[in-house]
Amino acid sequence: MSPVILLVLALGLGLAGWLAARARAWGFKREAVNGRIAALPTYHAWYVALWIVIPVMMFIALWSVISPQLVSQAVLASPAAAELPAFGFQRDSIMSEARAVASGSTRSVFNEQAAALVEPYRAAISQYNIIGALSTLVIAFLTGVWAFLRVKPDFTARTRVERAVMMILLLASLVAILTTLGIVVSLVFETVRFFGMVSPMDFLFGTQWGPDPMSNPNNPDGSRYGAIPLFWGTIFIGAIIAMIVAIPLGLMSAIYLTQYADPRLRAWIKPALEILAGVPTVVYGYFAALTVAPAIRDWALAIGISNASSESALAAGLVMGVMIIPFVSSMADDSIAAVPQAMRDGSLAMGATKSETIRRVLVPAALPGIVAGVMLAVSRAIGETMIVVMAAGAAANLTANPLEAMTTVTFQIVAMLTGEGSFDHPATLAAFALGFVLFMVTLGLNFIALRVVKRFREAYE
Amino acid sequence: MNERIAPTRTVEFEARLKKRYAAERRFKLAGLSAILFSVAVLLFLLITMTINGIGGFQRAEMNVAIDFTEAGLSGDRSTLSQVGAVQILEAQGLPATVEYFAQEQLGEEGGAQISDSAWRLVADEIVDDPSILQKEVTFSLPASPNLAAGLAGEGSDKMKALAARLSDEGKLETKLDLGFLQRADATDPQEVGIWGALKGSMLTMFVTLLMAFPIGVMAALYLEEYAPKNRWTDVIEVSINNLAAVPSIIFGLLGLAVFLWLFPNMRSAPLIGGMTLALMTMPVIVISGRNAIKAVPPSIRDGALAIGASPVQVVFHHVLPLALPGILTGTIIGMARALGETAPLLMIGMRAFVATPPDGFTSPATVLPVQIFLWSDEIDRGFVERTSAAIIVLLIFLMLMNGLAIYLRNRFEKKW
Repeated sequence: MSPVILLVLALGLGLAGWLAARARAWGFKREAVNGRIAALPTYHAWYVALWIVIPVMMFIALWSVISPQLVSQAVLASPAAAELPAFGFQRDSIMSEARAVASGSTRSVFNEQAAALVEPYRAAISQYNIIGALSTLVIAFLTGVWAFLRVKPDFTARTRVERAVMMILLLASLVAILTTLGIVVSLVFETVRFFGMVSPMDFLFGTQWGPDPMSNPNNPDGSRYGAIPLFWGTIFIGAIIAMIVAIPLGLMSAIYLTQYADPRLRAWIKPALEILAGVPTVVYGYFAALTVAPAIRDWALAIGISNASSESALAAGLVMGVMIIPFVSSMADDSIAAVPQAMRDGSLAMGATKSETIRRVLVPAALPGIVAGVMLAVSRAIGETMIVVMAAGAAANLTANPLEAMTTVTFQIVAMLTGEGSFDHPATLAAFALGFVLFMVTLGLNFIALRVVKRFREAYE
Repeated sequence: MNERIAPTRTVEFEARLKKRYAAERRFKLAGLSAILFSVAVLLFLLITMTINGIGGFQRAEMNVAIDFTEAGLSGDRSTLSQVGAVQILEAQGLPATVEYFAQEQLGEEGGAQISDSAWRLVADEIVDDPSILQKEVTFSLPASPNLAAGLAGEGSDKMKALAARLSDEGKLETKLDLGFLQRADATDPQEVGIWGALKGSMLTMFVTLLMAFPIGVMAALYLEEYAPKNRWTDVIEVSINNLAAVPSIIFGLLGLAVFLWLFPNMRSAPLIGGMTLALMTMPVIVISGRNAIKAVPPSIRDGALAIGASPVQVVFHHVLPLALPGILTGTIIGMARALGETAPLLMIGMRAFVATPPDGFTSPATVLPVQIFLWSDEIDRGFVERTSAAIIVLLIFLMLMNGLAIYLRNRFEKKW
């Protein structure tokens, strides 16, 4: 039985408990001297329903993790499993094939040995399904009855339900911390394993990148794991080329929209910029690879550069810059709007033109906010994946020529983890180390940027 | 000659003023052109995709009349309503029949250029209506990718000549291919469809919504209404703000390291993809939810408290309903972002070749953006148009979602 059915069962039992408890509380209310009991009947109902649904949900979560293991243990204990290969990949594939047949997701078996396992599997699955369903019922019944018996005229159900609600809200907000912890722990764990095989010095300061996923994992060649070309490619594409496009265009867009544009024009342009920001990165990547990169190559050939490749840092950087324009524009918009009106009025009253006011007063006053916005934009650009995967190329070149193919941290993460490499190989683990560096850098940029923005806001408030 | 127009307006002043006004105009023009550049890029992108994509909704098909009275195929409604009907027809020699009639009518070369699985189309028609086995019926069957390229003016000269001959005879034409919206992935660009990926996307988005929306709203309520001002609350706030800015690929690494470690058999399942995207979408919902909750005026809370509502009642009976339109707007925008997300799903293995639409949350699936990425990697020229067509489908969905968000914002959001 799938967890979904168990879940529906749990909700059904909860509803039954809800109805029963409400009826009981109404009974008390009718008998009460002044027609009042300690809490509204609905709260009694919710009290019982929560006592049924929450324990059952916990059980289902636990059960959906442990029951597959129990099933495969039962199958391995059966006589038919005695002839299986002792360990390894083949055994796993036979097991998973038999499981697929037994659970009905495929019809025929490919491997003879798997056919023998189908029946034990089917038996074990149905056995544990029954155990799971029965346990669900028993738990729901026990907790439900216990809660139901507590429903009394003087039982303060509301405060208890509200306490539970507060607990649930608190738990929901803890998910964010758990996610952050999950990211940090999983990245650190794999990175430490990686640094056990390749020295951090080789990784952080080496200038040759070319891990071979097929090499002997126990004796990796540290000189092939130098990530400097990746860092340079990432900075060159995301923080230099993209920003050369995005900063002037985004800043000027924001200035024009806030200071000059007719409200009617603004009503049209703002949604257009929002659309530009909402286009998926895979579409930008396709656009870069299909249209921009060949155009740049043709242009390079036309001005006499003979070795221009069809994948170039310039194509990826330009398209990434366009993608970032709306982001820079909205950040600049916010910080210019935060400059007090009095400063602008003062400048205009002194006889400065509008553009002089903007260039000499508004932009300098808003500069901390704009710089913070640019930092956020850079952190977004260096974490961008699809555009570089589709347009920047795989060659780890350490060059400043924008017409050459260049690779980035994100590209290599994708390349290392979508190949066929095993999880214990340093080439695969290198992806986690790269991810860890990326995470720390974006975290640092964001942290500084948010602080700057905060201090800047406070300065004018 | 009096050089002064007014007490301060000297000639130098006039010249300077002219210069300053010119600078003003230049500055304004620079601003306008920055905006026009963005709009032009957007239009160029949309127009390129549309022009390419229109071709993706069409395919080259050949007209073949099949006279079933000669073919000697048997079958009626009862035998052909079973599961293996297509196999029954195959065993009776339907592929050979289709090939025979194709060669008869299109010539030896033309008949060879009919798509390999064309007979399946015929079989499906027969299963739908077995009575055509007593008739002569004209089918429109997909041409091979080579011939399709020839018709588009590319590929080898031989194919170009063949395509020109057949289309002159009226036997080869480009037809609207509505099946593109109903089929799943395939190796032949003539046979591919978007439905498999679209269904995968829907399943994934459903999981994402189911997880991210309740958790996000509850976290926003807690942080905005109840959280005490202490260090723990600061930690929660900082981690939510940071999560909103973490690159999406990092969430893919998390999904790979944690979710696939917990559920190793669910590589490329919508459930895992949805959970990964939910972690990414949740901070967006929390941040927009908090803004919406903040916008509800304190007088509403005070009024409810004054007539004896408990803090939980104040929030669930008054604040939440008033903030809901704003929360929903933020949720839809977050979901639209998740729908277009590719990189984290590549990490958790949703890039497998999946030739049938997924049946459920745990069966292998792919999603629209990943399908676009996979097709963009194909060498076959026919995939270029198909990729653009898939992009159009994706963009239409995103526009619908954003349109809904804008509608909600304008219709329900109150200015207090």
